[in-house]
Amino acid sequence: MSVAPLLEVDGLRTHFFTRAGVVKAVDDVSFAVRKGEVMGLVGESGSGKSMTGYSIMGLIDPPGRIVDGAIRLNGRDLRALSAEEMRQLRGNRIAMIFQDPMMTLNPVLSVAAQMIETIVAHGSASRHEALERSRAALVKVGIPSPDERLAAYPHQFSGGMRQRVAIAIALLNDPDLIIADEPTTALDVTIQGQILFEMQKLTRETGAAMIWITHDLSVVAGLADRVCVMYAGRIVEQGSVYDVLTSPRHPYTQGLLDSVPSRSVRGARLRQIPGMPPSVLDLPPGCAFRERCNRATEICATTPEMLPAVAGGHGARCHHPLVLAAP
Amino acid sequence: MNAAPAPASTTAALPPLVELSSVAKRFVKSLDVSARIGNLLGAQMREEVVHAVDGVDLAILQGEVVGLVGESGCGKSTLGRLAVGLLPLTSGERSWRGKSLAGQAPDAARRQQLKMQMIFQDPYASLNPRMRVVDIVGEAPVAHGLVAAKAQSEYVAQQMNRVGLDASLMRRFPHQFSGGQRARIGIARALAVAPEFLVCDESVAALDVSIQAQVLNLFMDLKQALNLTYLFISHDLRVVEHISDRVVIMYLGRVVESGPTPELYGAPNHPYTQALLKEVGKVEPVKRTFVPIKGEIPSPLAPPPGCHFHPRCPHVMPICRTTAPALREIAPGRLAACHLNDGA
Repeated sequence: MSVAPLLEVDGLRTHFFTRAGVVKAVDDVSFAVRKGEVMGLVGESGSGKSMTGYSIMGLIDPPGRIVDGAIRLNGRDLRALSAEEMRQLRGNRIAMIFQDPMMTLNPVLSVAAQMIETIVAHGSASRHEALERSRAALVKVGIPSPDERLAAYPHQFSGGMRQRVAIAIALLNDPDLIIADEPTTALDVTIQGQILFEMQKLTRETGAAMIWITHDLSVVAGLADRVCVMYAGRIVEQGSVYDVLTSPRHPYTQGLLDSVPSRSVRGARLRQIPGMPPSVLDLPPGCAFRERCNRATEICATTPEMLPAVAGGHGARCHHPLVLAAP
Repeated sequence: MNAAPAPASTTAALPPLVELSSVAKRFVKSLDVSARIGNLLGAQMREEVVHAVDGVDLAILQGEVVGLVGESGCGKSTLGRLAVGLLPLTSGERSWRGKSLAGQAPDAARRQQLKMQMIFQDPYASLNPRMRVVDIVGEAPVAHGLVAAKAQSEYVAQQMNRVGLDASLMRRFPHQFSGGQRARIGIARALAVAPEFLVCDESVAALDVSIQAQVLNLFMDLKQALNLTYLFISHDLRVVEHISDRVVIMYLGRVVESGPTPELYGAPNHPYTQALLKEVGKVEPVKRTFVPIKGEIPSPLAPPPGCHFHPRCPHVMPICRTTAPALREIAPGRLAACHLNDGA
């Protein structure tokens, strides 16, 4: 436990100042990722999970701004870095994989050109060395006949292959941290299985830490070590995957788990969470979940603090947490 | 095929609500002018043909929920559109309660069409952004004379209440609703003409988990209340398992396996089904090693010969490369198309 975490996010607040009002996309988010750890960041659309990832990468554009908090990578505060220093870090120490590889790969550059650019931008490598490293990266992510593939353009790849290329580019500079933003959501089930297999293997081999942003609890269940559940810009529960999924303490986490169809409840009504997520433009004061929560009382009109973590760092942001199942 | 006598007699007593027999759908990209000139000069240009659906039989009984599963490009959406009549068949036959739907008089066909409705995948793209909800839901019943124009808003209010929408919102436009509410508008529109058979094409795929659960519950409640029959198309095996009585698995235009949900999920027969089910995520926090199935889905423009699945199949045999396996009964009510069953 004495090992300092690789990434520390402390009290992060990212707000968007729009004409319609201030959108608190990320509101007081704190978590830490240790070396070699896979952390799942789970939430529904609009919960701020992607914005948390973009904030770490320094990719927030106006009208958005990080208004408060600290992001420390290896003890270095990323918010204090200049744009040039941040550019040196991005794609080098921290890499990001996006949901739609068709949007993130340049359609008019060959794969080789895009990969070499990534290497040369962050170090002095000859073109030949860079090409060799690109080739090796493609092999690592399981792309057959890499030499032909290097000369190809993104439109010549299928969706799954394109995502593999994006992963290979992210891995080129041996990053310490990979942020994966729903990289398998747009893919077919069997292809998703292949990508998850590769990612699992690669994190084990390279020892890189990973933040896996997703809405799919089952992916997190099989892949991650720790999990943070987000709702309306806040982390409502965090802990080890085992603790959070077997004995959730926040009613929202419980509701999410109940919403997933599974074998035990075939044909029966699913236990649904009533209502819908609040608009981030006009969040109610206090706990954002209280209007959908069956445990809410008057005290929920005040913002709950993160509960002191119990064993294994399992904490929830709730005034009326569910009782832990007996160990 | 020797059907057991008991099922045969029940089918005779009650013909399936919708039946598709050996239906096929080919999409042909015909040659353009330059290609035809090229051919005159000796080039060997061919028309490109996609066999989107290739000889599929499907019978859906009254009150049944049939789940149709497959990956992108397998023809499941095309089959859904054929079933509901949105696309003409290239070959094969479609019948309703045992009566063929081919060659109906236009008037009868129009009335018949009301009995079958479709709910689309994307609640953003399938609602006209310039129409108010009252018109989106109320247009068809008025046009078909089910409701008088004067009674339209009252009727729409009933329809909206039934799917859990606040009727006071009927003057709004689709963009003023959330994704889940839009899905409900799509359902209300389909139900407004009192159909008996609904094709739901990935109707919950675009929704968040908690909203998806609400809409799935709504589907089940409506089935009970209105005695509906569903063809539920989805790539999500968990959703299909939850809602369906019977499941049909498609791969590249053909049915590879079908059977009652508990049996099929309990003991999948076809290697493709087995691979798909292995990928079904569970929310039990057990570190899984993801075991991938190798290869990609081949292009439907040039499907592999023989069994379409053979390049990815772990049990491939020489016969698989040349001969397409027939869909055979492997247990009562269960069909599979695989040469591994030939010995049995």
